[in-house]
Amino acid sequence: MNQFLRALSGSQQVAALFLLVFGVLSLASAALLLVSLRERDDGTFKAAFGSDLTDLRRLLRHTWVMAAMFWLTWVLGGWFAISLFGLVAFFALREFITLSPTHRGDHRSLILAFFVVLPVQFWMAGGRHFDLFTVFIPVYVFLALPLVGALADDPHRFLERNAKMQWGIMVCVYGTSHIPALVRLEIPGYADKSAFLVFFLVLVVQTCMLVQHLAARKLKRPPRAPHISQSFNWSSWGMGMAAGGLMGGLLAGITPFKPGQALAMALIACAAGTAGHLVMKALKRDRGITNWGTEGQSITGASGLLDRVDALCFAAPIFFHSVRWFFRL
Amino acid sequence: MLAKFTSFLLLGIVRLLTGAQARWHGCPPKAEQRIYFANHQSHVDLILIWAALPTELRSITRPIAAKDYWANSRFKRWLTSAVFNAIYVDRSRTKDEHGVEQDPLEPLVDALQSGDSIILFPEGTRGFAPEPQPFKAGLYNLALQFPQVVLVPTWIHNVQRVMPKGEVIPVPVLCSVTFGTPMQLEPGEERRAFLDRARLNVMALRDI
Repeated sequence: MNQFLRALSGSQQVAALFLLVFGVLSLASAALLLVSLRERDDGTFKAAFGSDLTDLRRLLRHTWVMAAMFWLTWVLGGWFAISLFGLVAFFALREFITLSPTHRGDHRSLILAFFVVLPVQFWMAGGRHFDLFTVFIPVYVFLALPLVGALADDPHRFLERNAKMQWGIMVCVYGTSHIPALVRLEIPGYADKSAFLVFFLVLVVQTCMLVQHLAARKLKRPPRAPHISQSFNWSSWGMGMAAGGLMGGLLAGITPFKPGQALAMALIACAAGTAGHLVMKALKRDRGITNWGTEGQSITGASGLLDRVDALCFAAPIFFHSVRWFFRL
Repeated sequence: MLAKFTSFLLLGIVRLLTGAQARWHGCPPKAEQRIYFANHQSHVDLILIWAALPTELRSITRPIAAKDYWANSRFKRWLTSAVFNAIYVDRSRTKDEHGVEQDPLEPLVDALQSGDSIILFPEGTRGFAPEPQPFKAGLYNLALQFPQVVLVPTWIHNVQRVMPKGEVIPVPVLCSVTFGTPMQLEPGEERRAFLDRARLNVMALRDI
Protein backbone atom coordinates (compact mmCIF):
# COMPACT_ATOMS: atom_id res chain seq x y z
CA MET A 1 0.00 0.00 0.00
CA ASN A 2 2.73 2.40 1.06
CA GLN A 3 4.83 1.43 -1.97
CA PHE A 4 1.87 2.03 -4.24
CA LEU A 5 1.26 5.50 -2.76
CA ARG A 6 4.89 6.47 -3.13
CA ALA A 7 4.88 5.42 -6.77
CA LEU A 8 2.07 7.87 -7.56
CA SER A 9 2.89 11.31 -8.86
CA GLY A 10 2.39 14.34 -6.63
CA SER A 11 -0.98 15.29 -8.04
CA GLN A 12 -2.20 11.68 -7.92
CA GLN A 13 -1.31 11.61 -4.24
CA VAL A 14 -3.30 14.76 -3.62
CA ALA A 15 -6.23 13.26 -5.54
CA ALA A 16 -6.06 10.10 -3.41
CA LEU A 17 -6.07 12.26 -0.31
CA PHE A 18 -9.21 14.10 -1.36
CA LEU A 19 -10.88 10.79 -2.21
CA LEU A 20 -10.11 9.67 1.32
CA VAL A 21 -11.43 12.90 2.87
CA PHE A 22 -14.68 12.83 0.88
CA GLY A 23 -15.07 9.12 1.63
CA VAL A 24 -14.82 9.74 5.36
CA LEU A 25 -17.23 12.68 5.10
CA SER A 26 -19.77 10.60 3.17
CA LEU A 27 -19.57 7.85 5.78
CA ALA A 28 -20.09 10.40 8.56
CA SER A 29 -23.09 11.92 6.76
CA ALA A 30 -24.61 8.49 6.12
CA ALA A 31 -24.14 7.53 9.77
CA LEU A 32 -25.76 10.76 10.89
CA LEU A 33 -28.70 10.15 8.55
CA LEU A 34 -29.24 6.67 10.02
CA VAL A 35 -29.10 8.06 13.55
CA SER A 36 -31.61 10.79 12.73
CA LEU A 37 -33.97 8.15 11.25
CA ARG A 38 -33.86 6.24 14.50
CA GLU A 39 -34.34 9.36 16.52
CA ARG A 40 -37.82 9.91 15.10
CA ASP A 41 -39.55 6.93 16.75
CA ASP A 42 -38.12 7.60 20.19
CA GLY A 43 -38.90 10.85 21.99
CA THR A 44 -36.46 10.33 24.86
CA PHE A 45 -33.59 9.91 22.42
CA LYS A 46 -34.31 13.29 20.96
CA ALA A 47 -34.47 14.85 24.41
CA ALA A 48 -31.08 13.40 25.30
CA PHE A 49 -29.13 13.89 22.08
CA GLY A 50 -31.21 16.41 20.14
CA SER A 51 -28.96 19.43 20.63
CA ASP A 52 -25.79 17.35 20.19
CA LEU A 53 -27.15 16.09 16.89
CA THR A 54 -27.90 19.59 15.65
CA ASP A 55 -24.39 20.64 16.63
CA LEU A 56 -22.91 17.64 14.87
CA ARG A 57 -24.98 18.22 11.76
CA ARG A 58 -23.85 21.83 11.61
CA LEU A 59 -20.23 20.83 12.12
CA LEU A 60 -20.46 18.23 9.39
CA ARG A 61 -22.07 20.70 6.98
CA HIS A 62 -19.27 23.20 7.55
CA THR A 63 -16.66 20.50 7.10
CA TRP A 64 -18.24 19.52 3.78
CA VAL A 65 -18.20 23.11 2.58
CA MET A 66 -14.60 23.59 3.66
CA ALA A 67 -13.42 20.31 2.10
CA ALA A 68 -15.24 21.13 -1.14
CA MET A 69 -13.60 24.54 -1.15
CA PHE A 70 -10.13 23.11 -0.70
CA TRP A 71 -10.82 20.56 -3.40
CA LEU A 72 -11.99 23.25 -5.84
CA THR A 73 -8.92 25.30 -4.99
CA TRP A 74 -6.69 22.40 -5.81
CA VAL A 75 -8.49 21.36 -9.01
CA LEU A 76 -8.76 24.82 -10.50
CA GLY A 77 -5.54 25.99 -8.91
CA GLY A 78 -3.55 29.19 -9.24
CA TRP A 79 -5.52 32.37 -9.64
CA PHE A 80 -8.83 30.70 -8.97
CA ALA A 81 -7.64 29.70 -5.50
CA ILE A 82 -6.43 33.23 -4.91
CA SER A 83 -9.77 34.74 -5.95
CA LEU A 84 -11.76 32.24 -3.89
CA PHE A 85 -9.87 33.06 -0.72
CA GLY A 86 -9.99 36.72 -1.66
CA LEU A 87 -13.78 36.42 -1.64
CA VAL A 88 -13.69 34.66 1.74
CA ALA A 89 -11.57 37.50 3.10
CA PHE A 90 -14.02 40.03 1.64
CA PHE A 91 -17.02 38.38 3.29
CA ALA A 92 -15.15 37.93 6.59
CA LEU A 93 -14.11 41.59 6.65
CA ARG A 94 -17.67 42.64 5.74
CA GLU A 95 -18.90 40.64 8.72
CA PHE A 96 -16.23 42.05 11.03
CA ILE A 97 -17.01 45.64 10.06
CA THR A 98 -20.76 45.03 10.37
CA LEU A 99 -20.38 43.76 13.91
CA SER A 100 -17.86 46.38 15.04
CA PRO A 101 -19.69 49.57 14.11
CA THR A 102 -17.49 52.18 12.48
CA HIS A 103 -17.90 55.92 12.44
CA ARG A 104 -18.83 58.20 9.56
CA GLY A 105 -15.26 59.47 9.40
CA ASP A 106 -14.02 55.95 8.65
CA HIS A 107 -15.71 55.79 5.29
CA ARG A 108 -12.64 56.56 3.17
CA SER A 109 -10.45 54.22 5.21
CA LEU A 110 -12.97 51.44 4.68
CA ILE A 111 -12.99 52.04 0.94
CA LEU A 112 -9.21 51.78 1.03
CA ALA A 113 -9.36 48.54 3.02
CA PHE A 114 -11.96 46.79 0.89
CA PHE A 115 -11.10 47.96 -2.60
CA VAL A 116 -7.35 48.55 -2.48
CA VAL A 117 -5.67 46.68 0.37
CA LEU A 118 -7.58 43.42 -0.06
CA PRO A 119 -7.06 42.99 -3.82
CA VAL A 120 -3.42 44.06 -3.64
CA GLN A 121 -2.68 41.62 -0.83
CA PHE A 122 -4.16 38.68 -2.72
CA TRP A 123 -2.56 39.75 -5.98
CA MET A 124 0.81 39.66 -4.24
CA ALA A 125 0.11 36.17 -2.91
CA GLY A 126 -0.76 35.01 -6.42
CA GLY A 127 2.27 36.64 -8.00
CA ARG A 128 4.63 35.27 -5.32
CA HIS A 129 5.79 38.76 -4.29
CA PHE A 130 6.33 37.38 -0.82
CA ASP A 131 8.79 40.00 0.44
CA LEU A 132 6.26 42.81 0.12
CA PHE A 133 3.36 40.46 0.86
CA THR A 134 4.58 39.91 4.42
CA VAL A 135 5.02 43.58 5.32
CA PHE A 136 2.41 45.31 3.17
CA ILE A 137 -0.40 45.24 5.75
CA PRO A 138 1.45 45.36 9.09
CA VAL A 139 3.75 48.16 7.96
CA TYR A 140 2.43 50.19 5.04
CA VAL A 141 -1.33 49.82 5.49
CA PHE A 142 -1.13 50.31 9.25
CA LEU A 143 0.61 53.62 8.65
CA ALA A 144 -1.60 54.67 5.75
CA LEU A 145 -4.99 53.98 7.36
CA PRO A 146 -4.63 56.48 10.23
CA LEU A 147 -3.46 59.07 7.71
CA VAL A 148 -6.63 58.63 5.66
CA GLY A 149 -8.57 58.75 8.92
CA ALA A 150 -6.84 61.97 9.98
CA LEU A 151 -7.64 63.57 6.63
CA ALA A 152 -11.31 62.75 7.28
CA ASP A 153 -11.12 65.40 10.03
CA ASP A 154 -12.87 63.46 12.78
CA PRO A 155 -10.91 63.13 16.06
CA HIS A 156 -13.70 61.32 17.89
CA ARG A 157 -12.20 58.10 19.40
CA PHE A 158 -9.54 58.20 16.71
CA LEU A 159 -7.20 55.57 18.14
CA GLU A 160 -10.02 53.16 18.92
CA ARG A 161 -11.54 53.43 15.47
CA ASN A 162 -8.22 52.82 13.78
CA ALA A 163 -7.41 49.86 16.00
CA LYS A 164 -10.76 48.33 15.07
CA MET A 165 -10.14 48.59 11.37
CA GLN A 166 -6.53 47.47 11.61
CA TRP A 167 -7.58 44.40 13.54
CA GLY A 168 -10.27 43.60 11.02
CA ILE A 169 -7.77 43.86 8.19
CA MET A 170 -5.11 41.91 10.07
CA VAL A 171 -7.37 38.98 10.86
CA CYS A 172 -9.61 38.86 7.82
CA VAL A 173 -7.23 39.90 5.04
CA TYR A 174 -3.69 39.25 6.26
CA GLY A 175 -4.58 35.97 7.96
CA THR A 176 -6.66 34.42 5.20
CA SER A 177 -4.32 35.56 2.42
CA HIS A 178 -1.65 33.23 3.82
CA ILE A 179 -3.73 30.12 3.09
CA PRO A 180 -3.56 30.39 -0.72
CA ALA A 181 -0.04 31.80 -0.36
CA LEU A 182 1.01 28.44 1.08
CA VAL A 183 -0.05 26.78 -2.16
CA ARG A 184 2.10 29.27 -4.11
CA LEU A 185 5.25 28.43 -2.14
CA GLU A 186 7.92 26.78 -4.31
CA ILE A 187 9.64 24.26 -2.08
CA PRO A 188 12.49 22.39 -3.79
CA GLY A 189 11.51 18.76 -4.53
CA TYR A 190 7.91 19.34 -3.49
CA ALA A 191 6.70 21.05 -6.63
CA ASP A 192 3.04 20.17 -7.23
CA LYS A 193 2.25 19.06 -3.70
CA SER A 194 1.98 22.40 -1.90
CA ALA A 195 -1.76 21.76 -1.52
CA PHE A 196 -0.75 19.18 1.07
CA LEU A 197 0.64 21.96 3.25
CA VAL A 198 -2.80 23.56 3.49
CA PHE A 199 -4.34 20.20 4.25
CA PHE A 200 -1.68 19.55 6.89
CA LEU A 201 -2.26 22.92 8.51
CA VAL A 202 -6.04 22.65 8.57
CA LEU A 203 -6.12 19.07 9.83
CA VAL A 204 -3.52 19.61 12.54
CA VAL A 205 -5.13 22.80 13.85
CA GLN A 206 -8.64 21.31 13.75
CA THR A 207 -7.46 18.21 15.61
CA CYS A 208 -5.91 20.37 18.30
CA MET A 209 -9.06 22.50 18.64
CA LEU A 210 -11.35 19.48 18.75
CA VAL A 211 -9.33 17.56 21.34
CA GLN A 212 -9.00 20.69 23.42
CA HIS A 213 -12.75 21.26 23.26
CA LEU A 214 -13.56 17.67 24.27
CA ALA A 215 -10.91 17.66 27.01
CA ALA A 216 -12.23 20.91 28.48
CA ARG A 217 -15.70 19.37 28.61
CA LYS A 218 -14.50 16.20 30.35
CA LEU A 219 -11.90 17.68 32.73
CA LYS A 220 -13.95 20.61 34.01
CA ARG A 221 -10.87 22.52 35.24
CA PRO A 222 -11.31 26.15 36.28
CA PRO A 223 -10.95 28.34 33.19
CA ARG A 224 -7.74 30.37 32.85
CA ALA A 225 -9.49 33.53 31.66
CA PRO A 226 -13.16 33.12 32.64
CA HIS A 227 -14.21 36.53 31.33
CA ILE A 228 -12.95 35.62 27.87
CA SER A 229 -13.52 31.91 27.57
CA GLN A 230 -15.34 29.53 29.90
CA SER A 231 -13.46 26.53 28.53
CA PHE A 232 -9.81 27.50 28.04
CA ASN A 233 -7.43 26.01 30.61
CA TRP A 234 -3.81 24.91 30.46
CA SER A 235 -4.41 21.15 30.92
CA SER A 236 -6.87 20.78 28.06
CA TRP A 237 -4.67 23.08 26.01
CA GLY A 238 -1.73 20.73 26.63
CA MET A 239 -3.81 17.76 25.53
CA GLY A 240 -4.91 19.55 22.39
CA MET A 241 -1.31 20.47 21.60
CA ALA A 242 -0.19 16.87 22.15
CA ALA A 243 -2.92 15.54 19.85
CA GLY A 244 -2.18 18.15 17.19
CA GLY A 245 1.56 17.47 17.39
CA LEU A 246 1.01 13.73 17.16
CA MET A 247 -1.25 14.18 14.16
CA GLY A 248 1.46 16.33 12.57
CA GLY A 249 4.12 13.69 13.19
CA LEU A 250 1.90 11.00 11.64
CA LEU A 251 1.21 13.17 8.59
CA ALA A 252 4.94 13.78 8.00
CA GLY A 253 4.72 11.59 4.86
CA ILE A 254 2.62 14.13 2.98
CA THR A 255 4.82 17.10 3.95
CA PRO A 256 8.34 18.03 2.89
CA PHE A 257 9.42 17.49 6.53
CA LYS A 258 10.92 14.60 8.48
CA PRO A 259 8.65 13.32 11.33
CA GLY A 260 10.41 15.33 14.05
CA GLN A 261 10.26 18.49 11.96
CA ALA A 262 6.62 17.89 11.08
CA LEU A 263 5.86 17.52 14.79
CA ALA A 264 7.57 20.82 15.56
CA MET A 265 5.73 22.55 12.69
CA ALA A 266 2.42 21.12 13.89
CA LEU A 267 3.08 22.41 17.41
CA ILE A 268 3.80 25.89 16.07
CA ALA A 269 0.59 25.85 14.03
CA CYS A 270 -1.47 24.55 16.96
CA ALA A 271 -0.10 27.12 19.40
CA ALA A 272 -0.89 29.90 16.93
CA GLY A 273 -4.31 28.43 16.18
CA THR A 274 -5.44 28.24 19.81
CA ALA A 275 -4.06 31.72 20.40
CA GLY A 276 -6.14 32.93 17.46
CA HIS A 277 -9.25 31.29 18.81
CA LEU A 278 -8.75 32.87 22.23
CA VAL A 279 -8.01 36.33 20.86
CA MET A 280 -11.03 36.25 18.57
CA LYS A 281 -13.11 35.21 21.55
CA ALA A 282 -11.86 38.26 23.42
CA LEU A 283 -12.84 40.44 20.45
CA LYS A 284 -16.31 38.89 20.47
CA ARG A 285 -16.67 39.48 24.23
CA ASP A 286 -15.70 43.10 23.69
CA ARG A 287 -18.55 43.38 21.18
CA GLY A 288 -20.86 41.60 23.63
CA ILE A 289 -21.64 38.72 21.30
CA THR A 290 -21.05 34.99 21.71
CA ASN A 291 -20.75 34.21 18.04
CA TRP A 292 -19.96 36.38 15.05
CA GLY A 293 -23.12 35.08 13.41
CA THR A 294 -25.94 33.87 15.62
CA GLU A 295 -27.12 31.29 13.08
CA GLY A 296 -29.50 33.36 11.03
CA GLN A 297 -30.92 35.30 13.96
CA SER A 298 -28.73 38.35 13.70
CA ILE A 299 -30.38 41.48 12.35
CA THR A 300 -27.73 42.01 9.75
CA GLY A 301 -27.53 38.49 8.41
CA ALA A 302 -23.95 37.84 9.47
CA SER A 303 -23.50 34.12 8.98
CA GLY A 304 -20.60 33.38 11.30
CA LEU A 305 -17.89 33.04 8.67
CA LEU A 306 -15.43 34.52 11.16
CA ASP A 307 -16.13 31.71 13.63
CA ARG A 308 -14.99 29.24 10.98
CA VAL A 309 -11.71 30.90 10.18
CA ASP A 310 -10.59 32.36 13.52
CA ALA A 311 -7.98 29.71 14.37
CA LEU A 312 -6.63 29.61 10.82
CA CYS A 313 -6.28 33.40 10.70
CA PHE A 314 -3.51 33.18 13.27
CA ALA A 315 -2.12 29.78 12.33
CA ALA A 316 -1.71 30.43 8.59
CA PRO A 317 0.69 33.42 8.71
CA ILE A 318 2.86 31.90 11.42
CA PHE A 319 2.98 28.53 9.71
CA PHE A 320 3.74 30.22 6.39
CA HIS A 321 6.65 32.17 7.81
CA SER A 322 7.99 29.13 9.65
CA VAL A 323 8.02 27.15 6.41
CA ARG A 324 9.71 29.97 4.52
CA TRP A 325 12.28 30.43 7.24
CA PHE A 326 12.92 26.69 7.47
CA PHE A 327 13.59 26.27 3.74
CA ARG A 328 15.30 29.69 3.49
CA LEU A 329 12.95 30.60 0.63
CA MET B 1 -32.63 45.28 -22.66
CA LEU B 2 -30.10 47.72 -21.26
CA ALA B 3 -32.46 48.47 -18.38
CA LYS B 4 -32.79 44.77 -17.63
CA PHE B 5 -29.02 44.33 -17.69
CA THR B 6 -28.56 47.36 -15.44
CA SER B 7 -31.05 46.04 -12.92
CA PHE B 8 -29.29 42.67 -12.93
CA LEU B 9 -25.94 44.38 -12.39
CA LEU B 10 -27.30 46.62 -9.62
CA LEU B 11 -28.84 43.64 -7.85
CA GLY B 12 -25.49 41.84 -7.98
CA ILE B 13 -23.61 44.83 -6.60
CA VAL B 14 -26.16 45.44 -3.83
CA ARG B 15 -26.08 41.78 -2.80
CA LEU B 16 -22.28 41.74 -2.75
CA LEU B 17 -22.05 44.93 -0.72
CA THR B 18 -24.91 44.50 1.73
CA GLY B 19 -26.17 40.94 1.60
CA ALA B 20 -29.61 42.55 0.86
CA GLN B 21 -31.36 40.33 3.35
CA ALA B 22 -35.15 40.54 3.65
CA ARG B 23 -36.77 39.66 6.98
CA TRP B 24 -40.50 39.14 6.67
CA HIS B 25 -41.30 39.59 10.30
CA GLY B 26 -44.96 40.62 10.46
CA CYS B 27 -46.27 39.57 7.07
CA PRO B 28 -45.29 37.22 4.24
CA PRO B 29 -44.21 38.47 0.81
CA LYS B 30 -47.57 38.50 -0.97
CA ALA B 31 -48.88 39.90 -4.23
CA GLU B 32 -51.49 42.25 -2.74
CA GLN B 33 -51.56 45.98 -3.13
CA ARG B 34 -49.30 47.46 -0.48
CA ILE B 35 -47.67 50.69 0.64
CA TYR B 36 -44.27 49.95 2.15
CA PHE B 37 -43.17 52.92 4.28
CA ALA B 38 -39.64 53.03 5.65
CA ASN B 39 -36.95 55.10 7.37
CA HIS B 40 -34.77 57.00 4.93
CA GLN B 41 -31.06 57.46 5.46
CA SER B 42 -29.28 56.97 2.18
CA HIS B 43 -29.68 56.82 -1.58
CA VAL B 44 -29.12 53.10 -1.34
CA ASP B 45 -32.37 52.68 0.67
CA LEU B 46 -34.54 52.51 -2.40
CA ILE B 47 -32.33 49.95 -4.13
CA LEU B 48 -32.04 47.92 -0.95
CA ILE B 49 -35.81 47.51 -0.44
CA TRP B 50 -36.18 46.83 -4.13
CA ALA B 51 -33.46 44.14 -3.95
CA ALA B 52 -34.96 42.60 -0.82
CA LEU B 53 -38.35 42.07 -2.51
CA PRO B 54 -38.86 38.80 -4.39
CA THR B 55 -38.72 39.14 -8.19
CA GLU B 56 -42.50 38.72 -8.65
CA LEU B 57 -43.22 41.57 -6.25
CA ARG B 58 -40.47 43.78 -7.61
CA SER B 59 -42.26 44.16 -10.93
CA ILE B 60 -45.50 45.43 -9.31
CA THR B 61 -43.85 47.63 -6.66
CA ARG B 62 -42.86 51.17 -7.61
CA PRO B 63 -40.56 53.38 -5.53
CA ILE B 64 -41.16 57.09 -5.06
CA ALA B 65 -38.34 59.37 -6.14
CA ALA B 66 -37.98 63.11 -5.58
CA LYS B 67 -38.28 64.85 -8.93
CA ASP B 68 -35.84 67.65 -8.14
CA TYR B 69 -33.05 65.16 -7.46
CA TRP B 70 -33.74 62.03 -9.49
CA ALA B 71 -34.94 63.66 -12.69
CA ASN B 72 -32.38 66.46 -12.99
CA SER B 73 -30.00 64.62 -15.29
CA ARG B 74 -30.61 62.27 -18.21
CA PHE B 75 -28.83 59.36 -16.60
CA LYS B 76 -30.67 59.68 -13.29
CA ARG B 77 -33.98 60.00 -15.08
CA TRP B 78 -33.26 56.94 -17.19
CA LEU B 79 -32.12 54.96 -14.13
CA THR B 80 -35.18 55.78 -12.06
CA SER B 81 -37.76 55.44 -14.82
CA ALA B 82 -36.43 52.57 -16.95
CA VAL B 83 -34.82 50.43 -14.25
CA PHE B 84 -36.89 51.12 -11.14
CA ASN B 85 -40.14 52.28 -12.78
CA ALA B 86 -40.19 55.00 -10.14
CA ILE B 87 -42.95 57.54 -9.53
CA TYR B 88 -41.71 61.14 -9.43
CA VAL B 89 -42.92 63.45 -6.72
CA ASP B 90 -42.51 67.21 -6.49
CA ARG B 91 -41.18 68.15 -3.09
CA SER B 92 -42.13 71.80 -3.62
CA ARG B 93 -45.73 72.62 -4.47
CA THR B 94 -45.86 73.96 -8.02
CA LYS B 95 -48.66 75.64 -9.91
CA ASP B 96 -49.75 74.46 -13.35
CA GLU B 97 -50.43 76.75 -16.28
CA HIS B 98 -53.91 77.66 -14.98
CA GLY B 99 -52.47 78.79 -11.67
CA VAL B 100 -54.03 75.89 -9.80
CA GLU B 101 -51.80 74.44 -7.10
CA GLN B 102 -50.82 70.87 -7.96
CA ASP B 103 -51.27 68.11 -5.46
CA PRO B 104 -47.86 66.46 -5.03
CA LEU B 105 -49.63 63.20 -4.19
CA GLU B 106 -51.34 63.01 -7.57
CA PRO B 107 -48.80 60.68 -9.26
CA LEU B 108 -49.03 58.35 -6.26
CA VAL B 109 -52.81 58.34 -6.39
CA ASP B 110 -52.62 57.45 -10.10
CA ALA B 111 -50.25 54.57 -9.41
CA LEU B 112 -52.37 53.21 -6.58
CA GLN B 113 -55.51 53.49 -8.70
CA SER B 114 -53.89 51.40 -11.40
CA GLY B 115 -53.17 48.68 -8.82
CA ASP B 116 -49.43 49.11 -8.18
CA SER B 117 -47.77 48.81 -4.79
CA ILE B 118 -45.50 51.66 -3.76
CA ILE B 119 -42.42 52.25 -1.59
CA LEU B 120 -42.69 55.48 0.39
CA PHE B 121 -40.26 57.33 2.63
CA PRO B 122 -42.62 59.45 4.75
CA GLU B 123 -39.81 61.54 6.28
CA GLY B 124 -39.55 63.29 2.93
CA THR B 125 -35.76 63.55 3.07
CA ARG B 126 -32.74 61.61 4.20
CA GLY B 127 -31.87 62.03 7.87
CA PHE B 128 -28.64 61.98 9.86
CA ALA B 129 -30.02 60.91 13.22
CA PRO B 130 -30.48 57.30 14.23
CA GLU B 131 -34.21 57.94 14.71
CA PRO B 132 -36.43 58.92 11.79
CA GLN B 133 -37.80 62.47 11.63
CA PRO B 134 -41.54 63.07 12.08
CA PHE B 135 -43.55 61.66 9.18
CA LYS B 136 -45.15 63.94 6.63
CA ALA B 137 -48.85 63.88 5.88
CA GLY B 138 -48.68 62.00 2.56
CA LEU B 139 -48.98 58.60 4.14
CA TYR B 140 -52.12 59.65 6.03
CA ASN B 141 -53.77 61.10 2.95
CA LEU B 142 -53.10 57.96 0.91
CA ALA B 143 -54.33 55.71 3.73
CA LEU B 144 -57.52 57.77 3.86
CA GLN B 145 -58.09 57.54 0.10
CA PHE B 146 -57.17 53.87 -0.29
CA PRO B 147 -58.44 52.00 2.77
CA GLN B 148 -58.10 48.64 1.00
CA VAL B 149 -54.33 49.01 0.45
CA VAL B 150 -52.22 47.21 3.07
CA LEU B 151 -49.78 49.47 4.96
CA VAL B 152 -46.51 47.70 5.78
CA PRO B 153 -44.03 49.40 8.15
CA THR B 154 -40.46 48.73 7.07
CA TRP B 155 -37.13 49.26 8.80
CA ILE B 156 -33.89 49.45 6.86
CA HIS B 157 -31.05 48.40 9.08
CA ASN B 158 -27.47 49.65 8.79
CA VAL B 159 -27.70 51.22 5.37
CA GLN B 160 -26.46 54.62 6.49
CA ARG B 161 -23.09 52.98 7.04
CA VAL B 162 -22.94 51.77 3.43
CA MET B 163 -23.11 55.26 1.99
CA PRO B 164 -23.37 58.19 4.41
CA LYS B 165 -24.77 61.45 3.06
CA GLY B 166 -22.14 63.15 0.94
CA GLU B 167 -20.17 60.05 -0.03
CA VAL B 168 -20.28 58.48 -3.47
CA ILE B 169 -18.48 55.13 -3.10
CA PRO B 170 -20.35 52.58 -0.99
CA VAL B 171 -18.52 50.28 1.43
CA PRO B 172 -19.55 46.69 2.13
CA VAL B 173 -21.59 46.38 5.34
CA LEU B 174 -24.29 43.78 5.88
CA CYS B 175 -27.78 45.31 5.82
CA SER B 176 -31.26 43.99 6.22
CA VAL B 177 -34.80 45.11 5.50
CA THR B 178 -37.41 44.14 8.12
CA PHE B 179 -41.05 44.11 7.08
CA GLY B 180 -43.42 44.47 10.05
CA THR B 181 -47.06 43.73 10.82
CA PRO B 182 -49.44 45.67 8.55
CA MET B 183 -51.33 48.56 10.17
CA GLN B 184 -54.57 50.35 9.43
CA LEU B 185 -56.02 53.79 9.77
CA GLU B 186 -58.47 53.51 12.68
CA PRO B 187 -61.94 55.05 12.13
CA GLY B 188 -61.82 58.69 13.08
CA GLU B 189 -58.10 58.67 13.87
CA GLU B 190 -56.43 62.09 13.86
CA ARG B 191 -53.73 62.76 11.27
CA ARG B 192 -50.94 63.48 13.75
CA ALA B 193 -51.83 60.48 15.93
CA PHE B 194 -51.81 58.17 12.94
CA LEU B 195 -48.49 59.46 11.63
CA ASP B 196 -46.84 59.13 15.05
CA ARG B 197 -48.19 55.61 15.39
CA ALA B 198 -46.83 54.74 11.95
CA ARG B 199 -43.43 56.17 12.90
CA LEU B 200 -43.39 54.16 16.13
CA ASN B 201 -44.33 51.02 14.20
CA VAL B 202 -41.37 51.56 11.90
CA MET B 203 -39.01 52.25 14.81
CA ALA B 204 -40.24 49.19 16.73
CA LEU B 205 -38.75 47.00 13.99
CA ARG B 206 -35.28 48.27 14.76
CA ASP B 207 -34.56 45.83 17.57
CA ILE B 208 -36.25 42.73 16.19
